[in-house]
Amino acid sequence: MMEWLKMGGHGFYIWWSYGVFALAIAIEVWLLSRRRAQAWQMVRQAAEEDNA
Amino acid sequence: MAGISWFKFSAPASFYPLAGRLIPWFAALAALLTVAGLYIGFLVAPTDYQQGESYRIIFIHVPAAWMAMFTYCVMAGWCAASLIWNTRLSAMMAQSLAPTGAMFAFVSLWTGAFWGRPTWGTYWVWDARLTSTLILFFLYLGYIALRAAIDDPRRADRASALLALVGVVNVPIIYFSVKWWNTLHQGATVSMTAAPKMAQTMLAAMLIMSFAAWFYTIAVALHRVRSIILEREAHADWVQELRNGRQG
Amino acid sequence: MNRSASTIAVEPVTIGVIQAMRWACARDLLLAFRSKSELALIVVFFVLVTSLFPLGVSPDAKLLERIAPGIAWVAALLASLLSLPRLFALDHADGTLEQLVLGPAPLASMVSGKVLAHWLANGLPLVLLSPVAGVQFGMQPEAIATLTASLLLGTPTLSWLGAIGAALTLGTRTGSALLALLVLPLAVPILIFGAGAAESVATGLGAEAHLSLLGAGLIASWVLGPFATALAVRIAYE
Repeated sequence: MMEWLKMGGHGFYIWWSYGVFALAIAIEVWLLSRRRAQAWQMVRQAAEEDNA
Repeated sequence: MAGISWFKFSAPASFYPLAGRLIPWFAALAALLTVAGLYIGFLVAPTDYQQGESYRIIFIHVPAAWMAMFTYCVMAGWCAASLIWNTRLSAMMAQSLAPTGAMFAFVSLWTGAFWGRPTWGTYWVWDARLTSTLILFFLYLGYIALRAAIDDPRRADRASALLALVGVVNVPIIYFSVKWWNTLHQGATVSMTAAPKMAQTMLAAMLIMSFAAWFYTIAVALHRVRSIILEREAHADWVQELRNGRQG
Repeated sequence: MNRSASTIAVEPVTIGVIQAMRWACARDLLLAFRSKSELALIVVFFVLVTSLFPLGVSPDAKLLERIAPGIAWVAALLASLLSLPRLFALDHADGTLEQLVLGPAPLASMVSGKVLAHWLANGLPLVLLSPVAGVQFGMQPEAIATLTASLLLGTPTLSWLGAIGAALTLGTRTGSALLALLVLPLAVPILIFGAGAAESVATGLGAEAHLSLLGAGLIASWVLGPFATALAVRIAYE
């Protein structure tokens, strides 16, 4: 297992590559859900503006 | 199929639920293909006799580079549609693709650097494809920045659409010029395009990951465009009804 | 300084394409020469930037001679970025640009006239000044001539790229930095072929290919530029 993780000495490069890739995807998905929540907030504000 | 009027879906109100139904499928496909691709890439594909294990980075580097380029072209297509037919939804689709395209460009550059270090000794190589991807990254940033700088959404749509079209026309010119510059100056044969002689399994893994990246992009873009639709159509009746439906 | 717009034809006459271009060019040149200090500034900036590189890199003559074309071209790029916002911003601020958009003259011609004037006032001085930079860096006469030729062919294309960028960023807050982000990536091919031309003369390879490509870019930009820029200006006013 440790041997596999070391990837023949190149582990640092491989895992930093895949790690940043996974991080980028994770950040993007998190930002997506945040944007959705903010969008519904805008809809709520629009309703308040229209009814005011 | 014959009964569907496709133009119906060019209205945000109709497209919103359609996109919602499509997202889970594309997301699931992307996840499955990623698992399959990485399984083959790490557990089936052999060690490269020249590059050792570090070549396995191409399973994300190459798909990311392809997606960055492909997404820009699709984005430009939506931009053209938005200018020709003056449709809001086309512009919204372009807007939703840009961040993901930029993300893939960045990942491509990062993984390229981390592949370059063990293989050729330096983190950055001024080869044609990496340099073109760097410029492509700037083109994405320019599009996003221009959108952000213009307050009126419709004007932002049209201005950024024109920018993207000027960009997409320039991309082949930029690539050609960078390739030229690179071949004139490069002494050693250092090239990202000279990938290791691909075993079948390596190629398969790369292709599977490319499709995974594509379906991921579609899923993410559909999700983002739904948020954009809500933001921009917030005052519309159908949106308000939707909101009431959610609360009830 | 009170700039009143020159008289625009009010009668319902169709204004010819060349006529409009000449009018716009003459007007902009006149306005440019009223503020000679701004023109001088661009030139001084160019010389200043080229002088910074030896100070920042090294006074080694051989090294400087090698990197001279690239430095001259980067300095030209930065100098044109400095001057580009002025292309439309002043007319936009006092309402003249809107009049041009709404007026009877073809907007593409008007825009061409403005860009031509802009190049004559900002790009051409750089072309004429480039031999000075060449001598500063110890370039060979043949290389200097090629550098000047490359700038002559390349700077008008830069003006068009800049014009599209300036029109798209009209009225935005972030102004110059955004303009640089939009224009510089698109200007990379011009930089590569422009600097490459002089470099290849220095290494004995010959610059025909570079100069031909620059020439092709020049023609393409003058054919497509007016319409793209006119569209960008209209977008700003919708």
